[in-house]
Amino acid sequence: MNSSRCAACKHLRRRCPSDCIFAPYFPSNNPRRFAYVHKIFGASNVGKILQDLPVSYRGEAANTLCYEAYCRIKDPVYGCAGIVDQLNEQLKVAEYQLATIKAAITTTLQPSYLLDQSLHML
Amino acid sequence: MGGGTSPCASCKLLRRRCAKDCIFSPYFPPDDPHKFAIVHKVFGASNVSKMLQELPFHQRGDAVSSLVYEANARMRDPVYGCVGAISFLQNQVSQLQMQLAVAQAEILCIQMQQEQQQPPLMTHNNDHGGEDDKSSLVNFSSLQHYLSFASTSSTNNVMQDPLKRESLWT
Repeated sequence: MNSSRCAACKHLRRRCPSDCIFAPYFPSNNPRRFAYVHKIFGASNVGKILQDLPVSYRGEAANTLCYEAYCRIKDPVYGCAGIVDQLNEQLKVAEYQLATIKAAITTTLQPSYLLDQSLHML
Repeated sequence: MGGGTSPCASCKLLRRRCAKDCIFSPYFPPDDPHKFAIVHKVFGASNVSKMLQELPFHQRGDAVSSLVYEANARMRDPVYGCVGAISFLQNQVSQLQMQLAVAQAEILCIQMQQEQQQPPLMTHNNDHGGEDDKSSLVNFSSLQHYLSFASTSSTNNVMQDPLKRESLWT
């Protein structure tokens, strides 16, 4: 009788074997993690993704799957792709702002600009 | 099969009859089987169907597009998926904002230096002090416009969701 089932096996209402693929990444004290990935990806798909990876990468993969699932539950239309879009937009804005300021610096530093300013003061 | 339309990509892959009200058929046409194959591999047809059913009709197209994007990202990078792209872009945005802050500081220094160089001319023309003050104010206020750029907190708004993920990590 295994009294310390992982969150996945508890959710799936099954025994948690000693070599359970989910156990290291979905501990019983955080049932939400598995609930999210199960809702979006399905236990079977998550298991396949983890099994296809070397053990050293599985923790990170589980984390990113959780994050993606969480984003999808929060935003069922755009999920993580929505965040990528927002960041791309911010990147464009920041690039434009930087180019504008650099142009302003270049203009301000040009001797002709300084001369214009001086003449304007006379 | 007398004159019926061909099954959608999902029903072809799932080897089932494509009903008239098939939830997948508007978004997975038969001429692009790869699109559904990817989404099915990562999310599963059943999960995709449930997700689409929970959405109003006019949002389903966008949902499918974003699911395809995420599925492709996950296939290319099984460890990070599109979270890898998010990390990369956040880095890029942070770096640009640092460069922006440096550039703003630079332009402020230049302005201050110019103002320090100007006083002898300005005192000579003190009679027209009002106009000179206005012209220097005009220069400074136009530069203030550049200085307000970095204060946008939209990155912080995007970051709040990733920060919340801490509760999801073991």
